[in-house]
Amino acid sequence: MGRVLAVIIWTITLLSVLLFVAGKWWFPEAISEHAPALDRQFLITILVVGISFTAAQIGLGWMVWKYRDTGSSSDRATYSHGSNRLEVVWTVITAIVFISLGVMGQSVWASLRLHDAPAGSYSVEVVAQQFQWNFHYAGKDGKPGRTDPKFIDDGTLNFIGLDATDPAGADDAVTSALAIPVNRPVELRLRSKDVIHNFWVPQLRFKQDLVPGMEIKVHFTANRVGKYELACAELCGQLHFKMKSYMLVLPEEEIQQLQGLAQEQFQAKMAELLNKYPLPTYK
Amino acid sequence: MSAETHEGVHRHPAPTSFIRKYIFSIDHKVIGIQYIMLALAAVVVGMTMSLLMRLNLSWPGTSWPILETLFPTGAPGGVMTPEFYLSLVTMHGTIMVFFVLTTAPQGGFGNYFLPIQIGAEDMAFPVLNMLSFWVTLVGFIVILLAIFVEGNASLGQAFSALGPSFAGGSGTVGPIGGWTGYAPLSALGKIAGPGQGAGMNLWVISIAIFCVGSLLGALNFITTLLNMRTKGMTLMRMPLTCWAWFTTAVLALLSFPVLLGGGILLLLDRIAGTSFFIPSGLYVSGLLSGSNPNFPLHTGGSPILWQHLFWFFGHPEVYIAILPGMGATSHILATFARKPVFGYRAMVFAIFAIGLLGFFVWGHHMFISGMSPYSAIAFSVLTLSIGVPSAVKTFNWLGTLWGSRIRFTTAMLFALGFVSLFVAGGITGLILGQSSLDLAMHDTYIVTAHFHLVMGVASIFGMFAALYFWFPKMFGRMMNEGLGRIHFWITFIGVYTIFVPMHIMGIVGMPRRYSSFGEYEFLKTLHPLVLLVSVAAVITILAQVIFYFNVFWSIFKGKKASDNPWEATTLEWTTSTPPPHDNFAGVLPTVYHGPYEFAVPGAPNDFIMQTDAGAEVPDGHGHNGNKH
Repeated sequence: MGRVLAVIIWTITLLSVLLFVAGKWWFPEAISEHAPALDRQFLITILVVGISFTAAQIGLGWMVWKYRDTGSSSDRATYSHGSNRLEVVWTVITAIVFISLGVMGQSVWASLRLHDAPAGSYSVEVVAQQFQWNFHYAGKDGKPGRTDPKFIDDGTLNFIGLDATDPAGADDAVTSALAIPVNRPVELRLRSKDVIHNFWVPQLRFKQDLVPGMEIKVHFTANRVGKYELACAELCGQLHFKMKSYMLVLPEEEIQQLQGLAQEQFQAKMAELLNKYPLPTYK
Repeated sequence: MSAETHEGVHRHPAPTSFIRKYIFSIDHKVIGIQYIMLALAAVVVGMTMSLLMRLNLSWPGTSWPILETLFPTGAPGGVMTPEFYLSLVTMHGTIMVFFVLTTAPQGGFGNYFLPIQIGAEDMAFPVLNMLSFWVTLVGFIVILLAIFVEGNASLGQAFSALGPSFAGGSGTVGPIGGWTGYAPLSALGKIAGPGQGAGMNLWVISIAIFCVGSLLGALNFITTLLNMRTKGMTLMRMPLTCWAWFTTAVLALLSFPVLLGGGILLLLDRIAGTSFFIPSGLYVSGLLSGSNPNFPLHTGGSPILWQHLFWFFGHPEVYIAILPGMGATSHILATFARKPVFGYRAMVFAIFAIGLLGFFVWGHHMFISGMSPYSAIAFSVLTLSIGVPSAVKTFNWLGTLWGSRIRFTTAMLFALGFVSLFVAGGITGLILGQSSLDLAMHDTYIVTAHFHLVMGVASIFGMFAALYFWFPKMFGRMMNEGLGRIHFWITFIGVYTIFVPMHIMGIVGMPRRYSSFGEYEFLKTLHPLVLLVSVAAVITILAQVIFYFNVFWSIFKGKKASDNPWEATTLEWTTSTPPPHDNFAGVLPTVYHGPYEFAVPGAPNDFIMQTDAGAEVPDGHGHNGNKH
């Protein structure tokens, strides 16, 4: 029985490790400036995880193989209540490894979250609502129009409650897909109209909740042109799984072309760009 | 408390009527079995729900006629709707976490064996003990009601008489919110969509009731352990199971009141128009808050406050679920390894350290919630440090096996399985605890994989081990070992096949709580893995039939058990099988040794009972401050 269990534990361990190192399924290719550092930290961590997991399972298998009661010998188990020296050794070693990992694991977070977006960032307001994304772009004046929930009217497509009397909003555009420039810091001002949603683009390695009653500012820099799927990653109700949009990362000139356009032309241009860029191919 | 007082508290005559003996019993042993039966019933509901979820994920659009019969509005034509799926997610999580993982390990085995293992006649407050079970049972009935009030149109109609927030029959099988019930989705009422009416009210009420039951239980455990240990049972001579149940009770005492408070506030938001968790200016389903009688004015609440209250409870809850499994595993490993627990003292400190640190890490569930990014750093580093006592426990389990003579009973197989699964599930906490990595990992399937392995499956393995181990003492008969081994092999291989691939899904980016993955191109490559997981889940779930058959067959037909069939050392094995009403037939035992004196050199047997006055153990190895 001991040998069967040992072999099964080792087989499970081998197959589990193989599934991870096979490379058939892994992160989608990264498209943000912070992603390589995050991926590296992930790799270091999963190496520690993988080595600890494998070592513990091999050890466990070895114990049940070697120390099974064969029934033939009358000798007893080793009488030992432990070893203080060993306790100290493994406590100190794991503390050093785990806490170092924990400290290293703060650097990407700190670089993204502990300071505001750099000056000159491209700023978009994101307003989520049940099963739909709205992206609010300031016009040429660079100033987004004032919004208020009391002006929200889904019937007239004023999803975010733009105040028609505010001149700053006259040249604004609101679309259901996100367009951002490549290689330039982007600031998103995240809001929600109803319940909590979450902005999630796997290629960005970036997630943030959109919380009703709060405006949460986040920033990142995308560094590869293309079209990417944008998903909601916080349970928001019935059609959560369908709350999908796209994020376009565009060359600066295409962003400039968009920026001058009035609502209808903006939407038409977005439709054209969404057609122009294909999704990444997934193996 | 003097010996005189507590004798007066717990001594009660054996009941004679059937009702007082088996139904409204104040005997901790009967109550323990009642808790275990409750968990065995609840886990069938929870597991059936996971089966339905896997069917929907892998074979979407397939018609399951039985579903249409049961839930005509939830599964028209037998096909699950998205809201039906999401309510399954919610109810599966809630039932499993509360009514399985919190009842069986603590209320079940803890209730039955803590008093016996410390040499007491009963719990300190037997009537309170009875109440905690019955309160918990009411909570379970209310959560079942939440399924049918939403799934059954006429019942939903009946409930809507209670007021607008009680509208039911939305075609789900319970509320939609996940087991975490994040506000404001859970606070807004039926305006927020299907599954937000009566079912959600009942969900909150059920959890509040459950909190009360657990709180009463926790008080009882703590008082009993501190006051009612028998002569010679010093703290450091207690079995590790008792340390685990004690620490679990302290965690429950400190965390359940917070959830209870949070639950009451949430209920007030839902039915009394308050705004604890609902901010101003919400615009939901085409209506502005305050503009319509169906959506009253809310102002000034904080959605994140709910998350803080929930996770301040929710993280300790993870340890409430797993600590008793750790205790049982240590206990069973030593017994069948025929060797003392390696590093008993370190094990006790590790249990305490896990319990204490468990209160300072709740924020790792909330890195991307919008709370302060500075607090995320503190929570993150503290979270990684909780891995240290967890690793210490693993090292000591391996140390216990080193140089041992292992007897592979079914209980031992499950205890070894616990060690394997605890490592596999716990170690990925190193990934999820890092704020940076959480940017990619949060709310993906790697989270699902992590907590299912560690708090779900490992805890359940601890309970399987406990049941196979203590069954003879509880029911006077042995469980069938052959069936037990088949159950172990299928379940052990099965759970790895289910949950290891889920890590990969999470790395690719598959979000949790999606009723379908068909919308996204980047998820399509994962289809073979989704299918593999579903097939493994179906097989593993079906294998549990073997377990249920074994339990109920053995209660009546199992081989008769002797008083100490495993040659174990602790007090439950010194009394008759099953134990008499007052546990020790009127004579409380006196304890002379630590709990795990196996393989003592020179002793006639390879085990020394804790009550064995004549036996000698080498100096310094009895954990004995006061030798008799």
